[in-house]
Order: sequence, then structure tokens, then C-alpha cells
Amino acid sequence: MPAVSKGDGMRGLAVFISDIRNCKSKEAEIKRINKELANIRSKFKGDKALDGYSKKKYVCKLLFIFLLGHDIDFGHMEAVNLLSSNKYTEKQIGYLFISVLVNSNSELIRLINNAIKNDLSSRNPTFMCLALHCIANVGSREMAEAFAGEIPRILVAGDTMDSVKQSAALCLLRLYKTSPDLVLMGEWTSRVVHLLNDQHMGVVTAAISLITCLSQKNPDEFKTCVSLAVSRLSRIVSSASTDLQDYTYYFVPAPWLSCKLLRLLQCYPPPEDGAVKGRLVECLETILNKAQEPPKSKKVQHSNAKNAILFEAISLIIHYDSEPNLLVRACNQLGQFLQHRETNLRYLALESMCTLASSEFSHEAVKTHIETVINALKTERDVSVRQRAADLLYAMCDRSNAKQIVAEMLSYLETADYSIREEMVLKVAILAEKYAVDYSWYVDTILNLIRIAGDYVSEEVWYRVIQIVINRDDVQGYAAKTVFEALQAPACHENMVKVGGYILGEFGNLIAGDPRSSPLVQFNLLHSKFHLCSVPTRALLLSAYIKFINLFPETKSTIQEVLRSDSQIRNSDVELQQRAVEYLKLSSIASTDVLATVLEEMPPFPERESSILAKLKKKKGPGAVSVNELEEGKREGGELNGGGGERGGDNSTIAASNASTPSPSADLLGLRTGPQVSAAPPSAGSLLVDVFSEAGVNDDGFLSSAPPSAVSEDAAPPLPESNELLNKFVCKNNGVLFENQLLQIGIKSEYRQNLGRMYLFYGNKTSVQFVTFTTTVSCPGELHPQLNVQAKPVEPLIEGGAQVQQVINIECLGDFCEAPLLNIKFRYGGALQNLSLKLPVTINKFFQPTEMASHDFFQRWKQLSQPQQEAQKIFKASHAMDTEVIKAKLLGLGMALLENVDPNPENFVCAGVIQTKAQQVGSLLRLEPNAQAQMYRLTLRSSKDTVSKRLCELLAEQF
Amino acid sequence: MIKAILIFNNHGKPRLSKFYEHYTEDTEQQIIRETFHLVSKRDENVCNFLEGGLLIGGSDNKLIYRHYATLYFVFCVDSSESELGILDLIQVFVETLDKCFENVCELDLIFHMDKVHNILAEMVMGGMVLETNMSEIITQAEAQSKMEKSEAGIAGAPARAVSAVKNMNLPEMPKNINIGDISIKVPNLPSFK
Repeated sequence: MPAVSKGDGMRGLAVFISDIRNCKSKEAEIKRINKELANIRSKFKGDKALDGYSKKKYVCKLLFIFLLGHDIDFGHMEAVNLLSSNKYTEKQIGYLFISVLVNSNSELIRLINNAIKNDLSSRNPTFMCLALHCIANVGSREMAEAFAGEIPRILVAGDTMDSVKQSAALCLLRLYKTSPDLVLMGEWTSRVVHLLNDQHMGVVTAAISLITCLSQKNPDEFKTCVSLAVSRLSRIVSSASTDLQDYTYYFVPAPWLSCKLLRLLQCYPPPEDGAVKGRLVECLETILNKAQEPPKSKKVQHSNAKNAILFEAISLIIHYDSEPNLLVRACNQLGQFLQHRETNLRYLALESMCTLASSEFSHEAVKTHIETVINALKTERDVSVRQRAADLLYAMCDRSNAKQIVAEMLSYLETADYSIREEMVLKVAILAEKYAVDYSWYVDTILNLIRIAGDYVSEEVWYRVIQIVINRDDVQGYAAKTVFEALQAPACHENMVKVGGYILGEFGNLIAGDPRSSPLVQFNLLHSKFHLCSVPTRALLLSAYIKFINLFPETKSTIQEVLRSDSQIRNSDVELQQRAVEYLKLSSIASTDVLATVLEEMPPFPERESSILAKLKKKKGPGAVSVNELEEGKREGGELNGGGGERGGDNSTIAASNASTPSPSADLLGLRTGPQVSAAPPSAGSLLVDVFSEAGVNDDGFLSSAPPSAVSEDAAPPLPESNELLNKFVCKNNGVLFENQLLQIGIKSEYRQNLGRMYLFYGNKTSVQFVTFTTTVSCPGELHPQLNVQAKPVEPLIEGGAQVQQVINIECLGDFCEAPLLNIKFRYGGALQNLSLKLPVTINKFFQPTEMASHDFFQRWKQLSQPQQEAQKIFKASHAMDTEVIKAKLLGLGMALLENVDPNPENFVCAGVIQTKAQQVGSLLRLEPNAQAQMYRLTLRSSKDTVSKRLCELLAEQF
Repeated sequence: MIKAILIFNNHGKPRLSKFYEHYTEDTEQQIIRETFHLVSKRDENVCNFLEGGLLIGGSDNKLIYRHYATLYFVFCVDSSESELGILDLIQVFVETLDKCFENVCELDLIFHMDKVHNILAEMVMGGMVLETNMSEIITQAEAQSKMEKSEAGIAGAPARAVSAVKNMNLPEMPKNINIGDISIKVPNLPSFK
């Protein structure tokens, strides 16, 4: 008998669904749905009590509407009411609705919890299972609080039915994942492990997921599961295909459970007990042997299930990495799969081999398959498989085959799918650097990379090639010659122009002896690309030109001519114009000696890095930075243009380029050397300050552009969402700060050392003008002595659709926790609008990144070991845990993201120094994601406790 | 862990969506669309695994799918699951549906959404596998049907529903998942008042 006979539908539901399916257009569908929603709403609201059948019908309709992608904002109460029904049908539909539509934040949880409590204590296994399902599906913190104590009892109680046990195990797992702190280990833990021995395979299936998760977190407490898992596995593997009856799937005994047992064993090192280990090795050998036996069925499901176990067994062998014999067998088996006709197997074989390649026992064995893998990269129809092939080539690469693999990857790049090009480029660049025996090969490879896939070459890659060329004398001449040749191509990628400009600017003299690449030829070649390039590249080229004047005095007049032309000296782009003006002046005023000093060859990169590192090391305890060091730091920042050492790009081309940095940062530097901002400058702004402080409207520390008339009302309290808005800007500097129906506020900001400048853009979204538009920036309370904020006046009138800009200068005097307040008042059609926001100025904005090596990092970490210097938070991920996104956020934070420092590659570590006027605060960060539990652990250590705490608070909201 | 189970047809119309992690309704719909877009453009006979879309967590997650006649069954899982194991699980799910509905077709999923959810709940709970034994799952489903029938109140409904289904004007007549035609049995029940 079929479990569901086709007839028992509900008529109303069937009619509704077929109506929807007959709708000719999206509009018609929405109309029909709205009609139905209105109908259901009135039925729910009506006085007449609905019978169970009708309730069920309406809830089913709502589910269908929800599935089509329409919001359902009612019916929750009705569903909760259904839970307390005694009828299975009603209860079940109520639970269904809740598990599909109620999220863990819902306010209804308390009511639902009550119903669940009743069902759990009902001793009716069906009701208990429904309740357990509901907990597992919603899995909220409130539920964990209510039931985390109860579920383990149900799970291990002697009289619990098997089906309830199964549900209880997974329910507990869910609660453990969402709120590990609430699920307390106890007497039940040892009994849970013994569920691996349970008679009922379903119970084992459910329990093993729970045990695996618990073992990962508390390996010692669950150690006993290893021997139990081995004996269970051994019993399954050695059973005949009919022994396990219903758990035999297409002639394979209990494949799912076998896979899970093998996964559980991967949480532990090889068993120490010789007997257990012997038994396990026997199992693994049996599994490998079975793969060679003729199949018991031709059905794909049979081979699927068999291979599922085989792949898990191979993973375990790779995980143990201690049985050379098994490793080689595993490798051979995967080798067979590499050529299998099933695409799935080829995919998985490539994937498993990637991990195998890192084992010393099997690395050589993996390498024998290189031709097959290269062939897969060239011929596989499926991009997923090709990507795995590329991964494997990367993993099996070593000094002996690097040239072949890099060449193959380069040639594949020419036709590679767009989706994987960027990753391929990075891999080629890394391999080329890692295995470069002679650096001319390296330079060739990277230039080829730019030629073939220039669009996908990220800045890091071309920065890196420049760093290496600068640091290695032996390759500089070759590099100059090669880029010169590469630039001959009629169309070459802009990244090539950047590398070319930089290298010829530094080392063009090394090839100037050859008349074919004389200084003027070099210059003309570079300049022929100039007009096709974007502004940053042009800026870089201008710097290369001034370097040319130093390297080759004979080019001076030609280059000065170029700089003097209107298209440079009157360029509409400030950056280009400023560079042209300053370089022109520099070349005409400065003597050869001065020029030679200012435009000296770039120093090698690591030394620059280590100077920052040494500075951080010098600092011992909290606040122990002498004034001298500080001054030194500042001067260095000024002279070397402050950019982080890694960013070997444009700005550092010339030591003197700080003289010509774009105007905002130049101003920033000027701000510091100029009169103290806190000492009231004789401007209109300062007069207003006095007016306000007398009126006592606000703290007297602020500077404002507001005319007196507008401040008759008090500033509104900050909007409730202003903290959230603040959090949005912790890791970025630009964006929309606030938007409502009338007004949009955009932000652009930049920070250098302890100074910042923020541009606020107020956009009038209406067609009516805003009058008496005033803004006030204030530093409330404690913030006043810590932060100095100066706002330039803003136009009091904003036309409809227009935008005005306001500049705010910020100086960080000491470390701080609060944010400055921005109050905005204006009249729109006569009504006064008054709103306050927090300005997104947070302590991390004053970070200077600090590069350091692993050893130094941990030494420094240990030095900051006082308890109050550390702040730690463990929190749930509120965004997808994507590595690239996390990296981007950490970089946005302003610290240096340190690679290869943490022994666990999943973790992120960062270092930086916060620059305030009073002192510098060194900070170290460690972020440990746990993808399994969707949790993070964030640890901050700084020389100052308030800084650790504040950074920790800010960052915990970001992931 | 299984992050989500999605069933949609060849045109991307969702027929079942079950998320084991919390997303907003909007995101759920976007994930369904994104997944359909990723899966539907793949040829037949390529492999059944691919990296998940950005919305559901990018390359940390895999989409494992099977295409049966008019329907795609897609499981989005993290790295703790065996790919081939999940393929088997999809097969068990479909075979179970086929047994419970007698030659299941797309229409069955549409008109018996609650039942499909219940069957799935017997297999997967909170993103983890509860039971893989088909006969056990079917026994549970049958027990539920029995309980529903015994609770009356709905006794009269079926007959008319069946006629409604039969008379429906279906723009795209879906094919059976396994075998040719749709076969809807008309049970001999008292007519609806």
C-alpha cells in the first residue's frame, strides 16, 4: 500500500494551487495570492472557530505561498495554537509551519517552548519526535536554555523508544552547535559513546553525528569512541551483503554509517592499542580489496555506495599518514579513478590526491600521475573537474617539476574559464616564486602572466615582482631588458606598463648602453603608452619620468617639455597636475646632487619592513614610548610617505614623492605641523564656539558651522540605529552613512597617522529645498580630551536634488571608545527636522599596519600576557564564513594581515600600531574561525587594556 | 552538515525548500535562484558536485545534485559530508517518495507539500541524517497516514480534490519522475457533501 494515497488532498488547496499554475502572468499570480491571503486572514480573524481540517488547509496554502517566494507575516499564532491540539494532524501541521516559517529570533519562541515542553513529557513517541524535530529545526538560544538539560536525559534513558532516541541525538547535536556553553557534559557523556553499540542501526546513524561533533570539541572525553567505532566498522565491513537487511543499500552493507564511522576516526590519531589498530588496518585493507572485486550489481547506485566508503577510507589513510603500504595502495587506487569513465570519480580522485600530495610517503607516487592530471586540465569538459586538476597540479608541484607545471598552467590560462582565472594567476605567481632557481625564469613567468591574463593579475602580484627585482641585483638588468621588450608589443596590458614604468625608472640605466634601448628610446616607449592608461598608472609614469631625469640628464629637456605641456600641468586630475608641477619644479630648481639624493634607487624592501618591526619590538610595557621614539616615528612617516612596506606600488617609487602626494594627505601632514587645531584659530568657527558655549546648549568643545538661530532646540538624541550604522564603517572608510526619505548622507574618509579627514555629502532627495541646514559635530563627555574634531561650515541651503559637501578634520589625541556625534537640523516644507548620528570615527582608523614574521609575532604576543591586556570574545558568525571576505574586512580594519604566522592556516593574525598624539599602542589580533560550529574566537592583545576591549567590541560585530 | 535541500523544476520553480541554517526569506529566494542558475546550465553527464554559490557560503560548501526528468534535487552540504554518500541519500529520498506516492511526479510534490516535508523530516533533522533505511522511513510515513485517516474530519475531502486535480488545465504537464504517465487512482469514497 502506498503511504500516501493520491486522493487525500484538500479541495480548497488543490483549487488554489491550480489557479496559481494557470496564472498567465506574474501580476495575475500576485493578485490571486493576495486574494487568498486576504481570505485566510479574515478566516483566522473571524469569530467562528475553525475546525482542524480548515486550519490545516489554510496553513498548507500559506506554506505554498511562502514557497513561491512571498512573505508570510501572519498565521504564526494560529500555528502555535495548533501545537496544543491533541490531534496528530493538527499538531503536525503546526510544527511544520513553525519549522518552515519561524526563525530563531521570533518572539513566539516562548509560546512554542511551552507546547514543546508538554509534548516532550507526553510520553507519546510521535509527539515527542515532533517536538524534538522542532527544536532541532529552530535551534534558538532560548530553546537551548529551556531544553539543553532535558534532551540528554531522554537520549540515554533506558525506556526511550528507538525513534525518539534518534531524534534526541540530533536535537542535542543542534543545540550543542548553537549554544555549546549550555550543553553541559556530564554523566550522560559516557553513555552516549556506547550508543555506537546500539542494536538499532538508525540509533547508531543518528548518534554518530552527535559523537563526531562532540569528539571534535572534547577529544579526550570521548576517546573511548575509537575502539567502539573500529569494532562497529569491522562488523559492518566483514558482514555479508544480506546481514544488515534494510541497511544494505544496493548490495553494500550500511554505506552511510560506514562513511560516518570512518569520518569519526579522522578526528583522532591512529589508535595506540595494537589490537584495535590491527583490526582497523584489516578493515581498511578489506575496503581497498573490495574495490578490486567485480561489482555485485551493474547499477550505478551500487558502485556509488561502494566508492563512498572507499573514498572515506582513503581519507582516513591520508589522515593517519603513517602506513606507507596503505598510502601507496590508496594512491594507486586514486590513480585508477583518474581515468575512470565516471566524472564523479575523476573529480573525487583529483580532490583526494591533493591531500595525498602533501604526505612525504606518497608525494612521489602522486607525481607519477602528472601527465594524466595535465591531460585532465586540458580535456575535461566539466569546469569543476578542471579546477580540481589545477589544484592538484599546484599541490604536486616541487622543484623537479615546477617548470613543466608552471608552463602547463600558463598555457591553460589562455583558455581558462573566467571564474577560475584569478585563482590560477595567484597559483602560478606563487609557484614561480617558490621554485625559482634562477630569477630570470621568475621574471619571464610573471611577465607572461601579465601578458596572458593581465586583467586577473592583482596588485599583490605585480608589487611582488617589483619587490623581488629590487631586492636582487642579479636580475635587475635582465628584468629591465625583458620589460623593455615586452613593452614593444603594440597592445600591452596596463599592468605591464606599471611594471615597465617602475623597473625602467629604477634600472633603465642598466640597458641604456645598447643604442636600441637608449634613454630617449626608453622614454618614448613609455610615453607612447601614457595616454592609454588610467590615472594611477599615469601618476606612476610621471614618477618614472622624474627618475629618468636623474638617471639620464640628457632626457631632461624632453621630459620637462612633456611635464610643462597643458595636458600635464593643467590636468583636471589634481594628483597628476600636482605631480607634474612639482616634478617640473624639482627638476629645474634642484642641483644634480640634490636630485640624486632625492631620487635615489629604492632601498631593498625587507629592510623597510623590519624598521617598523624594530620599532614595535622596542616598545616594552604599556605606554612606554618615549617622546623621542614618537618623533622619530612621525618623521619617518613623513619622509617615507608612510605607506605599508608591502605596498611596493606607485607611491614608493620615489622617496621624495611625499612632496607630491595627493592634496588631502598632503594637507593632513600640514595639519600636524601647522598651528595646533585645538588652539582656536581666528576663524568664524571659533567665534561660534564661544556663542554656543555661553548658551550652554552643548559641550563647549565642539566647533560648528551652525548659525545661532538654528540651535534654539536641543539636538535630538542619536538615532537608535546609529550604533549599527557605526559598525558598518569599522572596516571601511567610504559609503552611505544614513538615508531616509528626505536625506542621504555619504561619507568618504582617509586617515594617516593620528589624523583623519572626513568628507560628508548631504544629498537632498526631495525636489524641495532644505533651509537653515546646519550640522554640529560634538565630542560628548570623555571623548572631548581624546579626540579633536573640527568641522568646516556647510551651506545653509540645499536645493532639491542637490548635494553639499562638508569637510571634517579629526585629530586623535588619546585612545577613545565613544564616537563623536553629528547633529543635523534643517527645515523641510516648514517642519523642523532634527536628527543625530554617530560619526564613524573609531579607534582602529588610526592603525598603522605592521608586518612581522611568525617568530616575532609570538614573542610579542607573549610579552603582552597580562590579563588586562587581552580581550577575547567568542561569537556566532552572522555572515557567511568566507575566507576572502574575512581577509578583506581585516585589511579594512587597518592592521597588517600576517600570512604564514599562525600554525593553523584557518586562523588569521594581524598586527598594527594605533597612532594617537599622546602615545602609540601596539596591538595584535588573532581570529579563529570554526566553520563547523559557525563560531569565531577573537583575541586582541594591546599594550593598553581599553584599546583591546574596544577593538574587540567593534570587531565582534563585523563577522 | 546539510545546509539546505532544494527541489526545483527545469524552469526554476521551487517545489520544496528546506533550510537548516537561518537566512532571511529574501536570501532564501535568492539562494534558490542562484542555485538553479548554477545547476541548470550544466550539461548532463558532467559531475554531480560543484562549489556552492556565494550566497550560501561559496567554496566552503558544495552543491550535490541529481536531475530526474523534470526535477532537480539539490543538497547543499559542508565539507563534513561524503559527496557520494549524499548522492545515495538523494536516491533514497527519491525512491522513498516514489514508493510513498506510487510513481511520484512533480504534481505529487506540489499537492502534497506537507507529506513531502514529513518524509524528509524522517530522513534529515536539523541538517543531519536521521535515518537512511528506506523501509523504516516508509513505515513511519504510513503510520502517519493512518493516524491522519483515523482522525476523520477530512474523510469527505478526497473525492472532490481528485476531480479537481483531474480537471485541471495544466500548462506544462510534468512527466513522471521514473515512468511514463501520471497515474492518479480514484479511491472509492463517499462523495463530498
